[in-house]
Amino acid sequence: MTPPLIEPARIGLVVNPVAGLGGRVGLKGSDGADVQRQARALGARAAAPARAELTIRQLRALAGDVDILTAAGPMGADSAGPTARVVHRPAGEPTGEPTTAADTRAAVRAVVAAGARLLLFCGGDGTARDVLAALGPEPAVPVLGIPAGVKMHSAVFAVHPRAAAEVAAAWARGTGVRLTAAEVVDRDEAALRAGRVGARLYGRLTVPVLPARVQQRKTGSSGPAPAALDGIAAELAERIGPGGLFVLGPGTTTHGVAAALGAPDTALTGVDVLRLRRDGTARVELRDARADQLLALPTTPWIALSPIGGQGFLLGRGNQQLSPELLRAAGPERLLVLATEAKLAALAGRPLLLDTGDPALDDALSGHVRVITGRRATAVYRVTC
Amino acid sequence: MTDRRTPSRARIAPKPALRRFQQARWDEKLIFELGSPGERGVLPPLPDPAVTAAVGSPADRLPAALRRTAAPALPELGQQQVLRHYLRLSQENLGADLNVDVGQGTCTMKYSPKVNDTFVRDRRIAALHPAQDPSTVQGVLELAYRLEQLLKEISGMDRVSLQPGAGSAAIWTNVSVIRAHHAARGEAGQRDEIITTAFSHPSNAACAKTAGYRVITLHPDADGYPDFEALRAAVGPRTAALLITNPEDTGIYNPRIAEFVELVHRAGGLCAYDQANANGILGITRAREAGFDLCHFNLHKTFSTPHACGGPAAGACGVTAELAPHLPRPTVEFDGERYRLDDGGPESVGKIRPYLGVVPNLVRAYAWIMSLGADGLREAAETAVLNNNYLLALVRRIHGVSVPYAEGRPRVEQVRYSWQRLSEDTGLHSEELGYRAADFGTHYWTSHHPYVVPEPMTLEPTESYSRADLDEYAAILAEVAREAYEEPETVRTAPHRSTVHRIRHEPLDDPAVWAVSWRAYRRKVLGEQP
Repeated sequence: MTPPLIEPARIGLVVNPVAGLGGRVGLKGSDGADVQRQARALGARAAAPARAELTIRQLRALAGDVDILTAAGPMGADSAGPTARVVHRPAGEPTGEPTTAADTRAAVRAVVAAGARLLLFCGGDGTARDVLAALGPEPAVPVLGIPAGVKMHSAVFAVHPRAAAEVAAAWARGTGVRLTAAEVVDRDEAALRAGRVGARLYGRLTVPVLPARVQQRKTGSSGPAPAALDGIAAELAERIGPGGLFVLGPGTTTHGVAAALGAPDTALTGVDVLRLRRDGTARVELRDARADQLLALPTTPWIALSPIGGQGFLLGRGNQQLSPELLRAAGPERLLVLATEAKLAALAGRPLLLDTGDPALDDALSGHVRVITGRRATAVYRVTC
Repeated sequence: MTDRRTPSRARIAPKPALRRFQQARWDEKLIFELGSPGERGVLPPLPDPAVTAAVGSPADRLPAALRRTAAPALPELGQQQVLRHYLRLSQENLGADLNVDVGQGTCTMKYSPKVNDTFVRDRRIAALHPAQDPSTVQGVLELAYRLEQLLKEISGMDRVSLQPGAGSAAIWTNVSVIRAHHAARGEAGQRDEIITTAFSHPSNAACAKTAGYRVITLHPDADGYPDFEALRAAVGPRTAALLITNPEDTGIYNPRIAEFVELVHRAGGLCAYDQANANGILGITRAREAGFDLCHFNLHKTFSTPHACGGPAAGACGVTAELAPHLPRPTVEFDGERYRLDDGGPESVGKIRPYLGVVPNLVRAYAWIMSLGADGLREAAETAVLNNNYLLALVRRIHGVSVPYAEGRPRVEQVRYSWQRLSEDTGLHSEELGYRAADFGTHYWTSHHPYVVPEPMTLEPTESYSRADLDEYAAILAEVAREAYEEPETVRTAPHRSTVHRIRHEPLDDPAVWAVSWRAYRRKVLGEQP
């Protein structure tokens, strides 16, 4: 029998099944067994296997015959379908024990050793760090992240699962893809305690890039100029009106806006519920709220949020508490996007990005959005999924 | 032996390829800190006692409320001390007449011909008073009238006001006319939004806001053009106007400009063309042909009058016949024999500044246009574009530079470059490269906030600079870039041979610290109690 002239592209897949557990329930990540237990207790379900499955299905549709090498069970085989080759079995697999960071590292090494030429992994920044640790400082294969974590500050992720499939398919065809070194970063806990949202650099992976399909690294923020935030806060207050209830997303911009409204005690990385008083100041009604609490509010709230600096994610990164259900209830007219002109400029023309987990909602919100940049000032900016 | 035979050749070294510039550093005090009580530059004679006895002191004629109780605390210096002070300060500058000033992109630092200053100093201009009766100043009225005719031809507009005192004053005039237009149609309340773009001059947004409008900014698309779909999303029944530049600060000409204008017109809005810098399109394309209702020129950018460190400058605001009744008053009219000032009707926006405008700059601009003629204006534009694309060809070869947007296409009169790659490689910033350039006798500025183009550098050679000038400028940039890679500390600690001047940005953004007057300096910097 003659071998095929062109062998199918050999692509590795490693899924971190516990990635993203903390997001919807308002935890700041899913790293560590304690946090994962806490998340499950709050009713969280893992989203990673389904997102990986979406990518693989799309990849097969685009690229046809691909040879998928993966790990058993929820670490890949469950998402990759019966034609995938299982080249690794995690230690706890038969008993159904939750997987650990060590399992991720072992699976990555096994899949690459078995001959994968491109590695897709599904998770967040914590998973990216494990991939980096497994591959070492001079990775032999390019890597692309399928976004499923809570924190995704690293530049190794596709903008959403379908985009990961597009990039991988282009890589398999050998067309249009450029390999580039991309930073693996994770939240800098020391900076966070000091009141800044910053990111720490852990290393670089080689990433296949199609323009606009791989997200940029988040830029650290030492805080926008206070005068700009005063203007945004005044405009926000005018739009919402006295007595209005509003949900405020995470980040330095929204934190500063809340402070300008006289509520300095919002959660820097969480979602809060505030009410505007008659005098134009605001008070925090619910701090660090979960998705279910936001759905249970007495009236439909306004939703004020700011994209992640340098990266542009508006929904679906670090603010998964803003569930598709809540966003649908509020509607686009109650969605207020806040950013300083400098923050928009730092996006260098890249669009704002959506990944709410509900593709139809992402499509409905796509187009152009009016971003509040100051008092009586807005920018019309492109938003896409 | 050799030395004795050719002593001069042995001792004189040739000039280096790059000049070893060494700037003066005087550590000069502020003028308020100089001099001593009673020192005077001029001692005017007292009036004749008989005159004083007859009419009293002129101060007595002023209302008591307007009279000072104490003399102002002005510096007290002799003439020589004043002259020396300002000469020293001038030696600590890199002025437009001193360096290859192509680094102030967006400012259009073309040469201001000195001969034109002799017309301004002529007593037939210099000795006029703005309040003279028009019958006694027919000459200057004729000049203003003729300049208006020239600018009408250059822009295609039906009337041009020369009253604005600068570019921003001209934009303010545009916005005032727009407001008056909608008010006359009973739509002033409904039309409360003005649209502009991220690469248009920020004075457009600022003037609109000052006039009470809500401002909507369009960001560039992936090719650097203003996003047409964003305009579609922004425009509507609340749209008062679009204020837009073309080419924008990137030097990229927006070929869809007529569609932008048409879309806004269909919604009932007006379109104002910011032609402050029309240097790449003089005699080639006009505001009228693109469908604009208003436009303005900065005479100090396009028409060679001096920038003069922030003024006085002059702006010219052109409008269609429909908007002409809203122009500032007075206008200059000519009946075929005499020139007169016309105060216009009730729909005029009134005065943007007193009298005719900044007459010395009107004289210079008129002289410049007349010396070039129509063909000369077009040649100036073509030379400016040629110079720009020549410099672009040199600069894009420098390692670490990129030319964002519209890949491979030529630029009009300027280019916004990016040092992002060099910055990522070396950790140095564009601003620091500009500081280091000062050690070679030139500079560039990076005041392009917010930085839509990262690590920006905007170069605009105009028609004034020679090929040798541009070669030198590019060689300096190449040398600074080489240093950034090979000896970054040299760049990081620059300038070494310039006056001082590493700018601390924080005080510039902080009203609690900045000091723009002597009084504020004493309170905020010296810590004196008022």
